[in-house]
Amino acid sequence: MSPSLATTPPAPPAEPVYNPRNYLNAEAGIASWLLTRDHKRIGIMYFVGTTMAFALGGLFAMLIRIELLTPGPTIMSAMSYNRMFTLHGVVMIFIFMIPAIPGIFGNFLLPIMVGARDVAFPKLNLLSFYLWAAGAIIALYGMIHGGADTGWTFYTPYSTTTVTKVVPILLGAFVIGFSSILTGLNFIVTTHTLRAPGISWMKMPLFVWSIYATSVIQILATPVLGITLLLVAFEHAFGWGVFDPALGGDPILFQHMFWFYSHPAVYIMVLPAMAVISEVIQAAARKNIFGYRAVAFSSLGIAFVGFFTWGHHMFTSGQSTLDAGVFGVLSMFVGIFTAIKVFNWTATLYKGAVRFTTPFAYFLGFMFFLVFGGMTGIALATVSLDVHWQDTYFVVAHFHFIMVGGVIMAWLAAIHYWWPKMFGRLYSEGWGLVSAVLIILGFNATFIPQFLLGNSGMPRRYYSYPERFWPLNVASTAGASLLAFGFAIIAIYLAISLKWGKVAGPNPWGSRGYEWGTLSPPPPENFLEQPVFDRPPHDYSEELPGMEVTHAT
Amino acid sequence: MNEFMRKLLFLPEEGSAYAAEVDRLHFFVITVTMISATMVALATLYFFVKYKRKSETQATPRVEPKAIHEILFIGVPLGFFLLWFAIGFPLFVKLQNPPKDAMDVYVQAKKWMWKFSYPGGPNGTDVLRVPAGRPVRLLITSRDVIHSFFVPDLRLKQDAVPGRYAQTWFTASRPGRHQVLCAEYCGIGHSAMLAEVVAMDPVSFDAWLAEARRSSVPSAQDWPGEGADPRATLPEQGRRLAAEYGCFKCHTVDGTRHIGPTWLDLYRKSEKLEDGSTVIADEAYLTESIMDPAARIVAGYQNNMPTFQGRIPAPEIAAIVEFIKTLRTDAVHPEPSKGPVYVPVTGYDPTRASR
Repeated sequence: MSPSLATTPPAPPAEPVYNPRNYLNAEAGIASWLLTRDHKRIGIMYFVGTTMAFALGGLFAMLIRIELLTPGPTIMSAMSYNRMFTLHGVVMIFIFMIPAIPGIFGNFLLPIMVGARDVAFPKLNLLSFYLWAAGAIIALYGMIHGGADTGWTFYTPYSTTTVTKVVPILLGAFVIGFSSILTGLNFIVTTHTLRAPGISWMKMPLFVWSIYATSVIQILATPVLGITLLLVAFEHAFGWGVFDPALGGDPILFQHMFWFYSHPAVYIMVLPAMAVISEVIQAAARKNIFGYRAVAFSSLGIAFVGFFTWGHHMFTSGQSTLDAGVFGVLSMFVGIFTAIKVFNWTATLYKGAVRFTTPFAYFLGFMFFLVFGGMTGIALATVSLDVHWQDTYFVVAHFHFIMVGGVIMAWLAAIHYWWPKMFGRLYSEGWGLVSAVLIILGFNATFIPQFLLGNSGMPRRYYSYPERFWPLNVASTAGASLLAFGFAIIAIYLAISLKWGKVAGPNPWGSRGYEWGTLSPPPPENFLEQPVFDRPPHDYSEELPGMEVTHAT
Repeated sequence: MNEFMRKLLFLPEEGSAYAAEVDRLHFFVITVTMISATMVALATLYFFVKYKRKSETQATPRVEPKAIHEILFIGVPLGFFLLWFAIGFPLFVKLQNPPKDAMDVYVQAKKWMWKFSYPGGPNGTDVLRVPAGRPVRLLITSRDVIHSFFVPDLRLKQDAVPGRYAQTWFTASRPGRHQVLCAEYCGIGHSAMLAEVVAMDPVSFDAWLAEARRSSVPSAQDWPGEGADPRATLPEQGRRLAAEYGCFKCHTVDGTRHIGPTWLDLYRKSEKLEDGSTVIADEAYLTESIMDPAARIVAGYQNNMPTFQGRIPAPEIAAIVEFIKTLRTDAVHPEPSKGPVYVPVTGYDPTRASR
């Protein structure tokens, strides 16, 4: 009996065992966390940090929805409202969504999945985290001292002439950009140089493929954002005339530069979500992915074509008709790569052995939001339809479906799927399913009315609105409170699980992803001895007695 | 059927012929989306029921896709996507290219109001009156930050960008009122920056326009440099402004070649550029040549015009461009002292003057 995925788990014990010497307890004290170079501990620090950012961004979202409960002023002034949606966007995008999945799960899992001891540059990895934290603190400083009222898109010349504190927020996002670049660099080098013997490119877990594609975008696109944000900050502070036409600048130039990063940034957020889903679906279906190459290469395809679609944000800006056409067609191709993944994930269930678990519930939610978010994206890329929808709630609903819905579903799927690996304990599956249902329903109740609001012509970033938009706004706010309730439940049962959860054992899912071959929680070295990877990941083609530790929850 | 879909999707009324065409494509896209999403959902449900897990150590066969699977996965959606694009893009091209007989209205956005100027008068804010059934071209700009002119009923939207003109057009199907909203975030008054398009039957519109022009005081012969008269029509203001800004030091209005190209018959003229390409001297090119003269120099002229970016506000550029448009051989008296023969009537509401 030779274990094939990895060598560490011994013969299955009768009761699952909590690995006594693990990365969590190998060293003690605050300093051992703050100065750690262990990718797993850095992942946990991102977990804590980004979750706090998510709570803050969620609070802003709730305040926005409460303000929109009535057509006129409800709980705040127009100026406060404008700050709220700006901060909601900045916190959720730059401080939560971009770093969340790569920061938490990329850090925690990527080295384990390629059989490495750590990432290629562990000190740089810690620096990435501190850059993220520094950027978040600078932005937070700006929020406390007045906030900005520009929207997260910082469109010029509004952003260069506003009296609010836009500069600290720009600088915060600028610093976070460096964190993003260094993390991407680390993952690329790790993937190229630290793969264990036996893990060829075509045997890499799909998670690694997708994170790799993300990293490529991060290091190529983020510098452009950095340049753009700095130019806006300098123009705001010193009156440089790059973007303001009153000073001889060009505001449309800003839009080109901004979206050159910020469109690929959508894939920086969504590709890691797709990375998670590819793993979760194989484990839930107990089957290898339907088209490995198609899924792997479509990630690279998205990363590549994603660079040539930015102009679809500017169909009504007055860019040339030809440009609009070219950007429209290219946007269709990004849709195709996503469609390939959707069909392959669905086909993975074929002849599988499917079990309905909390991660699987989030997989279903993810597919729902991806399909409708994606198809509405195609509709928006159909140039003439965009004219009506541009800058309305339809666009808001669209990107909340595909980007936020996609990322949140995958983030929750990842938390629930890898929680036993990260902390060695199980959570309540019943409460897991209840909150999954609440969140998926709440998300739909929040954003389906927003699609309809967009159709009926309500522009985004509206503090007050004509009364005909009232009923749908009430529906949306009701949905948002359901959503908040769902997240509160998750926070409670996960906190309980940390201390009192049942011991999970190395592999409660019976998964054959590489990372499940080590103990839970993993030892600081990841594997106790050099693991052997003689099968592709998620190969369930034969029963391997002694390989899996299963147990009902 | 279309009416049912429109109500189901909360779409506003279709106030232009263009709106109906856009909605038809919208319904096509949404129907295919719903059908395909249902098919994916049914497939998932079927697989889930059929392939439920029986034991926790159950082995599953390795299924490798055939090439035909992946080709279908790519080909079928791509076919639909490109079909939609093939319908949608020509529609967009139509929206970008106003018919030649369209009536012009200048639209100027500022925090937080919309100003509408008819070339022969009048000027006004908040209400844009148009004749139903006749094409109207809007020349849109902003005097401060970016705004966006959005009329849901017409399925029409165009950003108002400071420093440049953008054009769009529509034909209102029938008399009626349509709300105008600002769609590009522009500060605390963003959601209050509302206006109205009032489509009138053409006969009433003509009567209104004539009345509006007649009832205002006819402007004097305000020649270049004779001071501001806010009651002047756009071309009249343009002539005065051009003199104030010193345009006539280099440009003539009588066809004589001087330091810069003459303005006579300049509008819509095909100009040969230094690099050999040609450009039609439309509103966009004229605006650009004032804002950024070095961008595209007409062949045979020196690059010595200063930029007026930031020195001439958007509405004044509109006036100058409108003045240039009136300088036609068939409309201009040869002697510069007499100037253009122009209907000397203006529509003007003194309470709504912006200058």
